[in-house]
Amino acid sequence: MSAIIEVKDLTVAFHTRNGVVRAVDGVSFRVEAGQTVGIVGESGSGKSVTCYSLLGLISQPPGRIEGGSAIFGNQDLLKLSEKDLQKVRGSRISMIFQDPMTSLNPFLKVGTQLVEPLRLHQGLDKAAAWKKGIEALAEVGIPDPATRMDQYPHEFSGGMRQRVMIAMALITRPQLLIADEPTTALDVTIQQQVLDLIKDLQKRLGIAVVFITHDLAVVHEICDVVNVMYAGRLVESASAADLFAHPRHAYTRALMRSIPALQKKGEPLYTIPGLPPDLSQLPDGCAFRARQIPDRQALCLTTKKPPLLEIASGHWVQACPGCVEGGLPL
Amino acid sequence: MLRFIFSRLLQSLLVLVVVFTATFFLIRLKPGDPFKGEKAMPASVLAQMNKRYALDQPLWKQYFIHAGAFARGDLLPSMRYEGVQNSKIIKDSFPVSLLIGLSALTIALGVGLPAGIIAAVRKNTWLDYSAMSLAMLGICLPTFVMGPILQWIFALKLGWLNVAGWFERTDWILPAATMGFIYAAYIARLTRGGMLEILNQDYIRTARAKGVPGKQIVIKHALRGGLLPVVAFLGPAFAGITTGSFIIEKIFQLPGLGQHFVGSVFNSDYTLVQATTVFYAALLVLINLGSDILQAWLNPRIRLT
Repeated sequence: MSAIIEVKDLTVAFHTRNGVVRAVDGVSFRVEAGQTVGIVGESGSGKSVTCYSLLGLISQPPGRIEGGSAIFGNQDLLKLSEKDLQKVRGSRISMIFQDPMTSLNPFLKVGTQLVEPLRLHQGLDKAAAWKKGIEALAEVGIPDPATRMDQYPHEFSGGMRQRVMIAMALITRPQLLIADEPTTALDVTIQQQVLDLIKDLQKRLGIAVVFITHDLAVVHEICDVVNVMYAGRLVESASAADLFAHPRHAYTRALMRSIPALQKKGEPLYTIPGLPPDLSQLPDGCAFRARQIPDRQALCLTTKKPPLLEIASGHWVQACPGCVEGGLPL
Repeated sequence: MLRFIFSRLLQSLLVLVVVFTATFFLIRLKPGDPFKGEKAMPASVLAQMNKRYALDQPLWKQYFIHAGAFARGDLLPSMRYEGVQNSKIIKDSFPVSLLIGLSALTIALGVGLPAGIIAAVRKNTWLDYSAMSLAMLGICLPTFVMGPILQWIFALKLGWLNVAGWFERTDWILPAATMGFIYAAYIARLTRGGMLEILNQDYIRTARAKGVPGKQIVIKHALRGGLLPVVAFLGPAFAGITTGSFIIEKIFQLPGLGQHFVGSVFNSDYTLVQATTVFYAALLVLINLGSDILQAWLNPRIRLT
C-alpha cells in the first residue's frame, strides 16, 4: 500500500526561558490510504505538537522544527514555505480540533466560515460555494441546512458545532484529516455520534485519518494502527488488534489498566503513579523509569535512550529492558 | 431594534431631566451672582434684571419656569451677554468645536488603528516596540504640553501654519493634530490589546488550519472582535474630544463651545451653564446610543432588545 504521509524522525523543540523543551523527539510514523492512525498519550506527551508541526501551525518562535521529514505526496511538508503550506492546509490536509465551542469564529456566519476553504482553494464564486456548503451541512446530518448556513456559531450546540467543523474540514475532499481529540469536549452520547460520523465519512470518501486522543476506548473503536507516545517519543506502535491483544511496553499496559470499564467493580480505579517528566529536563535513559513498578525499575536504561525495535512483524516497541513485557529477544 | 432605540431614547430623556435638575441647583449653590461684577449695578437696574430672569421668584418657581422653557426648546437668553440667545451662542461656537473634534477623531483613528493592528500582528518586533513607545508618549503628554510643542515646530520654526487663532482655512490642523495624537495613543493601545486577545483564540488557529493567508486572517477573522474595545471607547472619546477641547481652545485661541462651557461657570451665567450642559448631555447620550448600535452590529452575540 502507498503511504499518504510518511513522517521520519520529526523533532520539535520549544526554546523558552526555562530552557529547551523537546516536545517531539524523533517521531516516525506513516499513514496509508484510507487508514486511521491513532496517536495516543497523556497530556503533554507531544501528540498534538507532532501534528501541528506537520502543517506549520506551531508558533515559531518559540517553537522550532529541528529535524526530520514529512513526505506528503512528493513534497516534504517540513521544507515548504508558509505560502506553499497554505495551499496544503484546508485543501489536501484538514484539521478538526478539540473544543468546538471556541474553534468557530463567533463573529462570522457559519456558512461564511464553512465555504471559506472552497473559496480559497478552489476559487468557487459565492453562490456556488454556498450551495456546496448547504450540501456539506446536510452530509454531516445537520437538519435544515439552508437556514443554518445563515446562523452564527452561538446558535449551535457543541455537537452541532463539531459537525460543522467536520463538514468544513472535509468540504474540499482532502486526502488526510487530522483530528485532534475531536470528541474530548463533548458529552458521551454526542461523542459516539461524532465518532460514527467520522468513521462513516471516512469510509465514504476514502480519506486517511490521524486521530489524536488520550481515550483508548476511542482508539480501539476507530483506529487501524496505534502509536503510543510518551514524553515526546514513540514508545509503541502496532496495529490496533495487535496492540490491544499484546501490549508490550509498560506504559501502554499501564494506560490500558487505567480504562475504568476494564476494572473490577468496587475496586479503586487504577492510575499510573507520578507525572510525566519535565520535557526540559529529561533523564538520560528511559523516560518512564520513574513511574515504573519498583522491582522492574532497576532494569530500565539509565544511560541511553531506548531505541525502537521491531519485536514482531509491524509491532515496534521502545527497547528498554525494564519496560518491555517478557524481556527483549536478544 | 426599533424598540431598543425607542426605549433608549426614553431613558435618555430621563437622563437629561436629571442633568438639568442637578445643574440648576448646583450652579446656584456656587458663591456669586450673575449680575455682581466688578462694577456695582444701581439697585433699580439690578431689581429689573432679577425680574427679567425670574430670579426674584422662589427657587421652585424659577425651576419650573426654566424647565418649562427648556422643554419647549427655548434655551433662554444668556445672563452675561445681554440680549444674546444661548441657542445662538451654541450655534455659532459648536461648529468650531465639532470640526476640530471630528478631524481630531479622524486623525486618532487613522493613526491609532493601523498602529495598534501592526503592533499586534508584529508582536515583540521593533515595529511593535516603536509604536507602543510612541503611544506611551502620547498618553503621558498632556495637551497643554503637546500643543505648544507643535506650535513651536510648525508655526514658529517652520512657519507653515498660524500659531493660534481662527482666521485661515488651515487653522484647524494644529489643534486637531494635538488632540488627535493623544487619542491615537489610547486607540493604538486598545487596538493592540484587543487584537492580541483575538489572535490567540482557537478560531484563529482554525482559520490558519484552513489555509487562510495571514492578511485575510487579520482582516476577516480578527478585526471584528479586536475592534470591539475601540468601539466601546469611541463614544466617551468623542464626547471627551468635543467637550474636553476647552484647553485646546485656550491654547489655540479658538471660538469654540468649550470656552463658553467653562467660562459660563466662572461668570455665574446660570442660563448659559444650563444650556451648554444639557446640550453636551444630549450629545453624549446620542453618541453612546450610536456606539451601542455599532457594537451590536459588530458582535452577533449582542442582541438589542
